[in-house]
Amino acid sequence: MTLRVSLQHRLGDFALDLAFDAPAGLTCLFGRSGSGKTTVINAVAGLFRPDAGRVELDGVSLSNLPTPARRVGYVFQDARLFPHLTVRQNLRYGGFVRRRPVAGFDQIVSLLDIAPLLDRRPAALSGGEKSRVAIGRALLSDPRLLLMDEPLAALDEARKAEILPYIERLRDETGLPILYVSHSLSEVARLATTIVVIEAGRVIRSGPAAEILSDPDTAPILGLRDAGSVLTARIAAHDADGLTRLETSAGPLWLPSLNGPVGREVRIRIAAQDIILSRTRPEGLSALNILPGVVLAVRPGDGPGMLVQLDVGGQRLLARVTRRSAIALDVSPGQPLHLIVKSVAVAQGDVGVTAAG
Amino acid sequence: MTNPLGAEEWQALLLSLRVSVWATLLSLPLGILAAHALARWTFPGRTLLNGLVHLPLILPPVVTGYLLLVTFGRSGPVGAFLYDSFGITLAFRWTGAALAAAVMAFPLMVRAIRLSIEAVDPRLEQAAATLGASRPVVFLTVTLPLILPGIVAGVILAFAKAMGEFGATITFVSNIPGQTQTLPSAIYAFLQVPGGESSALRLVLISVAVAMAALIASEWVSRRIARRVGGQ
Repeated sequence: MTLRVSLQHRLGDFALDLAFDAPAGLTCLFGRSGSGKTTVINAVAGLFRPDAGRVELDGVSLSNLPTPARRVGYVFQDARLFPHLTVRQNLRYGGFVRRRPVAGFDQIVSLLDIAPLLDRRPAALSGGEKSRVAIGRALLSDPRLLLMDEPLAALDEARKAEILPYIERLRDETGLPILYVSHSLSEVARLATTIVVIEAGRVIRSGPAAEILSDPDTAPILGLRDAGSVLTARIAAHDADGLTRLETSAGPLWLPSLNGPVGREVRIRIAAQDIILSRTRPEGLSALNILPGVVLAVRPGDGPGMLVQLDVGGQRLLARVTRRSAIALDVSPGQPLHLIVKSVAVAQGDVGVTAAG
Repeated sequence: MTNPLGAEEWQALLLSLRVSVWATLLSLPLGILAAHALARWTFPGRTLLNGLVHLPLILPPVVTGYLLLVTFGRSGPVGAFLYDSFGITLAFRWTGAALAAAVMAFPLMVRAIRLSIEAVDPRLEQAAATLGASRPVVFLTVTLPLILPGIVAGVILAFAKAMGEFGATITFVSNIPGQTQTLPSAIYAFLQVPGGESSALRLVLISVAVAMAALIASEWVSRRIARRVGGQ
């Protein structure tokens, strides 16, 4: 399932002119507010008619179909549950208006843990519960494609943490292509398989998530302070002293105890500024996590910082160091270095579960 | 007061009720359509439609009645057509009284319904469309249930207005006892004859009671519906 989108639209000073492909998995449209992300998914849903453009799903054009015929499940930022219907009626709405039996009702209700809410009305739900019901309602409308417009933006951190695992399960279990709008880099790092970076109505970068996140040329666009890359690892052991050992392609990492069975694959995020570079393998340090790597690229920033992309056991990591240290270490492509990952950098909140196996 | 209403008074009350019920029911679908068009659609002539709908609210009722007579009278363009094609006569009949009441009550009904449509979040209607609902289905399953309180308010306002309509009615269909003599026309007639005051007073009390009952009922019904529609 591949979604292919191209759009041109002019609205006063703002010009939208972009094209991108969203392969199977979760594609994040990332960009600042006002960059045109929501307009793009509204165009995919048929809620917005661009001056010109094309929306194709597996080679079949959706452009001439009205919204109800497009079969896109749309999860809005503000949930938009129908206030006069119960949760159950909201969930069954899509099947009802298409006069088709709702398949998988029980599975989706249990996937999203909303069984206790079925007889309530939206006014009696919390923000997180509303989001889950909105996701369920979109899924139960028998969509070919899922659109999510910052579904977590209105929620506080605790509620976000509550919803994120459900979205990961959708990505891994439903097989639907998901187009996900966000301006939160940590959400993107955790969820995306593909990233499309949009700025002022244009696509400025797109590609597989691991590649985009570890690209030193992209980091300044995504936001230097939040720059960081993702690493795939496997839970190797839960040690008696409360640490969890993760096996990565470059060596072991220890994290404060992590939930999950031994053998499960996890995706961890390491912020660029939480990596210290060293020419020799350091001794007598309190840091536990040291990985060997080779410099791939160096990019000077505008300020005193520099971004260094490293190959770590075949995966790519991004480190941010000062220009002064980079010169002192004589960092240049091809050079082997040791990466000291501050334990705290791999925060529990940023640990996502990827498809098991 | 031991004596119940006299025959003429009863006649006036029943006629008024019949005229108002028909006026309200017949104008309701048109009222919802006009309110929806004014609230949600952009089309050429929107301002003109808005003006036409509201005209009877501002024009002297006698002018509205006269215009109805000119248009729907036996020799008027619409009146002649209705008579020739369907044998329907409106002028000087109770059906004409219903038409006059409907025209006069229409702006009140449209205003109430339009306000409630404008209060419905169009993003809910968009959400319904993404779930597969066509426009008419969105209207029936989302918009209509959400504007029900406004519809009830509009219906009751229109009914009360129809019960009290006088100027346009008497101009268009005159004041024929048993035919077109509605409650207000009857009160007017009783006040014109010596000794008619007590009959007039009884009808006045009935008018007040009907109007009060309508207002209380509308409050009660719309609060109940609002709770069911938006509430817990």
